[in-house]
Amino acid sequence: MLSRVAEAIYWMSRYLERAENIARFIDVNWHLTLDAPGARTEQWTPLVRAMGDWDLFQEKGVSQDRDGVIRFLAFDPSSPNSIVSCLSRARDNARTIREIIPTEMWEQINVFYHLARNASGDSRAILANPYQFCDEVKRRDLTISGIAGDAMSHDEAWDFLRLGKLLERADKTSRILDVKYFILLPHPTDVGSNLDYVQWAALLKAISALEAYRRRHGRIQPDRIAEFLLLDHDFPRSVLACLLRAQQCLHAITGTQVGYFSNPAEKRLGHLCGDLAYKGVDEVFACGLHEFTDGLQTRMNLVDEACYATFFATFPAIDAAGQQ
Amino acid sequence: MARQMDFSGYDPGPYYDEMFDAAGVPRPGCRMLYEKIISLPPGEVLARQAAAEQALYDMGITFTVYGHEDGTEKIFPFDIIPRVIESAQWNALERGLAQRIAALNLFIADVYGKGRIMADGVVPRAVVESSSGYFPACVGLAPPRGVWCHITGTDLVRDEGGRFLVLEDNLRCPSGVSYVLANRRILKRAFPQVFEAIDIRPVDDYAPLLLDMLHAIAPAGSSRPTAALLTPGVFNAAYFEHTFLAQQAGIELVEGRDLVVADGYVHMRTTRGLKRVDVLYRRVGEDFLDPMVFRPDSLLGVPGIMEVYKAGRVAMANAPGTGVADDKVVYAYVPRMIRYYLGEEPLLDNVETFLCWEDKARRHVLANLDTMVVKAAAESGGYGMLVGPAATPGEREAFAAKIEANPRNYIAQPTVGLSRTPVIVGDRFEGRHVDLRPYVLYGEDIRVIPGGLTRVALKKGSLVVNSSQGGGSKDTWVLGGPAA
Repeated sequence: MLSRVAEAIYWMSRYLERAENIARFIDVNWHLTLDAPGARTEQWTPLVRAMGDWDLFQEKGVSQDRDGVIRFLAFDPSSPNSIVSCLSRARDNARTIREIIPTEMWEQINVFYHLARNASGDSRAILANPYQFCDEVKRRDLTISGIAGDAMSHDEAWDFLRLGKLLERADKTSRILDVKYFILLPHPTDVGSNLDYVQWAALLKAISALEAYRRRHGRIQPDRIAEFLLLDHDFPRSVLACLLRAQQCLHAITGTQVGYFSNPAEKRLGHLCGDLAYKGVDEVFACGLHEFTDGLQTRMNLVDEACYATFFATFPAIDAAGQQ
Repeated sequence: MARQMDFSGYDPGPYYDEMFDAAGVPRPGCRMLYEKIISLPPGEVLARQAAAEQALYDMGITFTVYGHEDGTEKIFPFDIIPRVIESAQWNALERGLAQRIAALNLFIADVYGKGRIMADGVVPRAVVESSSGYFPACVGLAPPRGVWCHITGTDLVRDEGGRFLVLEDNLRCPSGVSYVLANRRILKRAFPQVFEAIDIRPVDDYAPLLLDMLHAIAPAGSSRPTAALLTPGVFNAAYFEHTFLAQQAGIELVEGRDLVVADGYVHMRTTRGLKRVDVLYRRVGEDFLDPMVFRPDSLLGVPGIMEVYKAGRVAMANAPGTGVADDKVVYAYVPRMIRYYLGEEPLLDNVETFLCWEDKARRHVLANLDTMVVKAAAESGGYGMLVGPAATPGEREAFAAKIEANPRNYIAQPTVGLSRTPVIVGDRFEGRHVDLRPYVLYGEDIRVIPGGLTRVALKKGSLVVNSSQGGGSKDTWVLGGPAA
């Protein structure tokens, strides 16, 4: 397929996944604040830190309360990672590949974008109760994924779509662990307390992981949760599960067998999968959870860069031929 | 309480009305539609119109409103009341169009070939060579099957007597066919019962026919040819149409930067290296097609593609150079072309046309500007024109000066009282002027798509139907019956 088209599918898919994950982030924090009422100050800025947009947030002088943060994360068109910006860019990309994606998918993306844009015009009700909006965003993205799965041929376009989605999701799952890290517990004695439990549960719930976690590990334990979200092979939002599936997509695209590599993207992703697959959660904690996820995010960015260089950038060899 | 919408008080006026005869009785082909509309409960017509508009919005058939940087979008105006053409009328139209396209194709081949029609003095060489769509670089080209104009959109109007006349030929990159398909889809939702009850000729096979045509012109030897639609890109006003047609025909949508000439062929840059392209549905004008032959500053085209084309290793629809017949002065000679090449009388007439570069005609035009429509020869989209009866004396004077300064560039036609058809205005129906752009494909043979785009001047009294001038569109129903 065309390199330009492959890139558009990849980014369309990443932006959709990103929008969904931001909605999940907002949702988790919303529930956390509901569970910690009273004198405790609501903590919304950890969300911005976990998303990696703290510098921009400060630069823009946004108020650090709930309204300011939700507006920034959901509706600010000048913030490149807001839900509305993500959907706008997902739609711009989708527009250029209308001939590749199913009509129903384009219409869903188009309607989805208009929904978010209209919501951003009148956001008061959503700021007062973000649950419904976040839920709508989640559902709409799940619908689009469903259309992709059931109405698209599972060919190269599909593999690029999945690759983008899975790399984005792996990044966001690692960041959602950071939300918990950045939230300062009011008092050290709260660690291991009822409140701590509530926070971890909210976090799992936000990424639709609570039930799956319970079945797998039962009790809420921070180290088991970290293990589940980072290293689980089966849960579709765990970092390792995402990366292993992304690896399959990558190899389906190139036709290279897993275990071999034919380009830098396969090499880097293969390394990363190997490292995670043979990592114990005790090693993660020994390194420090935040430091570990931080390193993970850097390496995932390198995979993205390698994908760009391998598939999307114009091939220098071709340009030379074109100048004949 | 919503008002019942019927046609009481509807005035067909002094024009040919597409739905009612002069006595206000629905024409036979419109009876079923008429009865359906008046039987709808109060509010229902407007509800269906609103639903149609929402559907178009959701389908993303929108444009960004100029001056709204926040991304406010609008749909192109659309009216759900269809325009109906009866079977016999259509069959006559279809024969006339096929005849016209056959002659135009022979003309283009002649212009870039032996130039017989000019040597024989039927069309002046000066007219041809001064046409802005004439490209000397195309002389000597030999497109597959001798077909140049693969896709044409011919603008037709109906005069006060209901007679169809050709207003202009669009042989460059005529747009609008995607709206024909989208409008039909919407209308099936709006009036499903009418579709069940009467025989309306389908338009949905346009995309497969387009693909067949593209395959038919592929260079010899490509057994499974790869076709692609070449678009100028996402900022082009017709980009929606480009994506839509590529999707419907199942071909790649490519931009100039996706293509490269290597080893004597045109290739696409893909994730697995280069892939050969055999046929291009070209929505990029000649000017921008190949910077090595045409405009050197073009970034939209493909350097070297004309060499490949000349060698017969890639086909293009339309062939480069067809725009020569788009010129409005050349248009005036089409009836003569039909007689010259086919030895037949034209089945479809032109609107009477005065060529301002002829002294006598120019004097007549200048003396009668208040009754005439004057058009610039190379413009389209309703730009560069004067509608005499609607213009102020000052505007007419200014236009007269332009004609004097550059007579070759202008033609004039008596103002035709275009036919009208009912549209929804507020909560009632009013007559508005319409034209018709049918689409014709020419590959193995000539195929006219039954129907076409009905464009409607939504402004009361206006005769200008172009979307850039406040025009909207309607679905066009050609009724079934014995085929032509």
